[in-house]
This record gives sequence, structure tokens and C-alpha cells, in this order.
Amino acid sequence: MAGLTPQYVLRRLGMFLLTIWLGATIIFIIPRLAPGDPVAAMVSRLTAQAGYIENSAEIIAAWRERFGLDGPLWVQYLAYMRNMLTLDMGYSLSSFPSRVDEMIFSALPWTVGLLSVSTILSFLAGNAIGALMGWPRVPRWIRALLPTSLTFTSIPFFMLGILLVYLFAYELRWLPPTGAYGRGLTPGWNWPFIKSVIEHGILPVLSIVVTSMGFWALGMRGMIITNQGEDYMILAEAKGLRPSRIFLRYGVRNSILPQVTALALSLGGIAGGSTLVEYIFAYPGMGYLLYQGIVNTDYTLIQGIVFMLILGTATAVLILDLLLPVLDPRISYER
Amino acid sequence: MSVNFAHEIDERRPAGTDQVVLQVEGLKVYYATPTGDVRAVDDVTFQIREGEIVGLVGESGCGKTTTAMAILRLVQSPGRIVDGRILVDDVDIARLNERELRQIRWTKISLIPQGAMNSLNPVMRIKDQIGDAIETHEGRQPRQALKERILSLLSTVGLPSRVYKMYPHELSGGMKQRVCIAMAIALNPTLVIADEPTSALDVVVQRVVGETLLDVKNRLGVSMILIGHDMGLMAQLVDRIAVMYAGHLVELADVYSLFREPLHPYTQLLIDSIPSIKERKPLKLTEGITHDLRNPPPGCIFQLRCPHVTDKCRTVVPPLLEVAPSREVACHLYYDA
Repeated sequence: MAGLTPQYVLRRLGMFLLTIWLGATIIFIIPRLAPGDPVAAMVSRLTAQAGYIENSAEIIAAWRERFGLDGPLWVQYLAYMRNMLTLDMGYSLSSFPSRVDEMIFSALPWTVGLLSVSTILSFLAGNAIGALMGWPRVPRWIRALLPTSLTFTSIPFFMLGILLVYLFAYELRWLPPTGAYGRGLTPGWNWPFIKSVIEHGILPVLSIVVTSMGFWALGMRGMIITNQGEDYMILAEAKGLRPSRIFLRYGVRNSILPQVTALALSLGGIAGGSTLVEYIFAYPGMGYLLYQGIVNTDYTLIQGIVFMLILGTATAVLILDLLLPVLDPRISYER
Repeated sequence: MSVNFAHEIDERRPAGTDQVVLQVEGLKVYYATPTGDVRAVDDVTFQIREGEIVGLVGESGCGKTTTAMAILRLVQSPGRIVDGRILVDDVDIARLNERELRQIRWTKISLIPQGAMNSLNPVMRIKDQIGDAIETHEGRQPRQALKERILSLLSTVGLPSRVYKMYPHELSGGMKQRVCIAMAIALNPTLVIADEPTSALDVVVQRVVGETLLDVKNRLGVSMILIGHDMGLMAQLVDRIAVMYAGHLVELADVYSLFREPLHPYTQLLIDSIPSIKERKPLKLTEGITHDLRNPPPGCIFQLRCPHVTDKCRTVVPPLLEVAPSREVACHLYYDA
């Protein structure tokens, strides 16, 4: 725990809480700036379906009271903040009796698993490829071969997802096209279920990893090459250290630092971008749920998911922030 | 000729033994450019004796650092060693394969780098950076023994033991430079190359680092090549001085004679240009321009700036010859005498 001082941890925790508060406040304010309100929208939808609903005005008033939309704004805000703190997100508007928190918590593990596995794999593979591309001692044929692994970077990942489904699920029939696990399996710690989860996960993970690792590889390659000119690299060579040690402890070790910062910055985009992947693979995660929420104009569901995305991203950033001073001892000294 | 710094020179200093530890013969290092090779080091020959400090001076870009880097085979691309022999204990470094080269680096020749500010790995503790040099060459060490060894190295260069656990960014420039000195002597090398060890430091710290170098040399009897522009520091530290101009060695002499009576016209200009506290004088070195290093003129390398240039200088290359005991100079003016 090199530079992990209490002040640093406290400051990062403060930033974490501030981010969440700001995010929660914004998702409270934005829907209220829009014309109309969700209850009226829902009742009008019901009206469109059923043709005519008796006492619609009373229904709207009753539901407003039920959802706490009748009080003054600050009362709503306080109630909202209290609910968010306890992760009580109320009822879903589109599938009424189910609660938003229940829906989210059944979807959350899938997204967390999918995104963490694919982000970590993409980060590791991309940085490994980039480091080898930039290191002059790597045989020329490997360095010539490596860039071909990055050609998929220019393809949007949902396009690659469709391609992968067509190739591996439809043509070759090696892997299942959609879902997170096979039908008729009971979720739990049993091998058939785990095996099925892995099989279902390969294509979505692959489509994210293959399309995003080029970003890491190019950044890493640039860092490694810049690093070559550093005085400590020359001194390391003068010391007669083994090339593998110079590469890992002096080259990669120093080049990875900005990459970790970039990872923290890109986390928000990763969480948002997963929506399309989950949609294509009908993966029962948060992205898929968010898609359903948007299609059904389910405000409480969208609000809950966006809040969870903010919470998740902020948590991941916090973890990386706490990891950085361990990687780079200089960080906690910077104001 | 004024003798600005001669009073600082201690003539009683032992000038080393006659045992030669480094023999550089006909070293040529060229940098490839699109318009031809730049001859950064062109046919340089000298030797370093056991226990002596040789200063390597000359203006920026004259090939001092390139010479030093070539001795360690660390010339960075697009530079390359074109020709020459670099003998350390009868082993020609220029001919070694990579493995043999790694083994000889730091055990025989170590480096105190230019700009110690950036020469330490920012994410490794000092102990690990000194330790990895030791363990790479001597194999895994018992933890306690290694720790004591590193602590004693630190105390040799006058650093407190708390430096052991510190990171480079926690140290001042002078402390980093002394860490580099401690690292350079960790394996008791035959030769230490100090590449402008004081250039990035303020004058007070320069003096401390200079004293540390001298102390290390006296205690360990290590030979040193000291590269720099600082003639004052040279006068205090070195036994002999080698003067380089445009990739050539133009004069090599013991420090006292060189300051008292510089022979080569370039050395004369160099010593004359040392600012004096007592008198104001114009800087003479700006006269004339250096030739294009890609296309040196025939004859003497200094002919374009030399105040004593003759027709012979424009056609015949003056070799570095011993014109008096321990005085070598590459100039036609002195060969007949």
C-alpha cells in the first residue's frame, strides 16, 4: 500500500459520494423538466389500449399520491433521496406489481459479470498486444502480425455481435445465440448451469473484447515507445538487467499507469455501451432491462437503472482510484 | 595564458598505477541520417589506467556522451559503432554477443547517468533498484545480507538509511545523483563512467556530489571517466583530461599541464573562455563555425576555427601523438618541436 494515505482515501470517498449525489439529483430533475408526467402518460396509454377508462382523472390523482408525485418538489426530492439511499426504487410502471429493485437485482449480476469479464480481458489482451508491438526486441514477424488482431477495432461491436451470432450460432452451431443460460436449468452452483453460462457468455464477451482491445493496444504501444527514450530505461540496460525484467518492471510497469487512468475514464462509456450488446444477445442484464424500460416508457425503471449505472461506474472508478496509488507511488502526493 | 584554476589542483594526488583498465582504439560511432552519416565519434583512441579519473571535455555535441555510451555499447539507434576496439581486461566489448555484454555491464563498467533526475525508475523503491543490479549479476541474495550491503552503499555516498525504502520522487536532485553513484559502485566495477554527474544540480550540491565522487574513488580505487563542461569541477577531480572536438580527441594531458600550458589551439580557446572573476574579457570561442559533421574537411578537424591554421592543416590529418611525457596532442604545430 505504497501511497495509500488516509487523506487520499477520504478524498476519494468524498468524490465518490459527491458523484452519486450529483447523479441522483440530475436523474431526479431531468424527468421533471420534461412536459407531462409518467402517470398521465401511463393512463393515456391504458386509455389507448382499452378505448375508455372511467374516472381517469381520479385514477391519475390516486396514482400520483401513490407514487408520491403530489407533494411539493422538495418533499419529493427528500423522499426520493431517502429511497435511493435504501435502494428502494418503488414499483415498475410498465409491469406494475414487480418492484424496480427486484428487477434490477435479478439483472445486475449478469451485467456485472459480462462487463467485468470483458473489460478485464480486453484491457489485459489489448495492453499485452500493445506492449509487444512497441517493444523493439520482439521478433519482427510477431510485430508485423500483431496489428492484424486489431483490424476489428473499426467495426462497431454490435455489428461484430451480429456477425458472430451468424457465424458461430447459426452457421456452425457451436454456441448458443441468445440468453444467459440454457432453458430448463436451475440457477445455482452446479456444473451444467455454470457451463451453460460460460457458453452463453463467450459471444457477447468476444464481441466486446475484440472490438475494444485495439484502443488499449494502441495506447500501450505509444506509451512503451515513448518510454524507450526515458533515462531510466537506458540505465536499466546499462545495469545489464535481463531484457524480460527491463520490459516488465521498467517498461510495462511505467507504461500501464496512464492506461489505468484511461480505464477509469472509459468505464462510464462501457456501461452505457453494453446496452446494445445485451439487446443483440438478448442477455438478461441491465442493458436489456434499460432497453425494455425505454421502449415501455417505464420512468421508475429507467431512473433505477440509470442510478445503478451511476453507482456502478462510481464504484469502479473508486476502486481504480484506490488502486492507482498502489501502482504509482507518486499519486497521493499530488494535490 | 591565464591559469584560472591551476591553484585548485593538488599536485600530490596519486595519478593511478600503470595498469591499463580500458583501452579504446580507433573508435568510430556514426549516426545515420537521410543525408549521410554524422560522424559523432571519429577514430578516438585513449586508455584509462587503474585508479585514475580521466575527464572528457568539449563543447556540446562533440561526442563525449556518445563515446561513453559506446564504451557500454549503449549507443541508441540510429547511432552505431562502425569500427574500433574497446578492451576491458583484454575483452573487446565491441565484439561481445548480447549475453556476454549483459554480464560485463555493471560488473566491469558502470554508469552514473546524465540527468539523475530521470534515471531512476519512478515506481520502484531505491532498495529494489540497487538490489536488482546486485541480484541480476550475483544471483539471489539472503535478504538481510542484501539489505546491509545496500545500506552500506548508501552510507558510502553519504545518504541516510531511510533512503533505502524511499521512492525516487521523495528525494532531492542531489540525493538522486548520489543514489546513482551508490548504484554505480554496487558491484565494485573496474571503471565508472560519470556522464555530467553534476550538470543538473545547483553549485552547492555540485560540490557535494563532486566530493562524493572523489571520496568513492579514493576509497575504492575505481577508475573513472568524468564527462562534463565544468572546468572547475574537472580541475578539482580529475588526473588527466581528454579534450574532444567534433568527434575527435585533440588533446590528452595530465590536468596540471593542461591548465598551465594547453597545447592544442582548441584547448587554448577552451581554457581562455573560462570566465574569470578578476577580469572581463570577450568570449573567443564563438569565432568560426564547426564544419558539417557529415562531411568533414580533409586535414585537421579544427581548421575552420583555428587561429594558427596553415596549408598543411587543410590537407594532412594531424594524428594524436605524444609530444612530451604524458602529453598527447593532435596538432601540426607541435610535431617538429
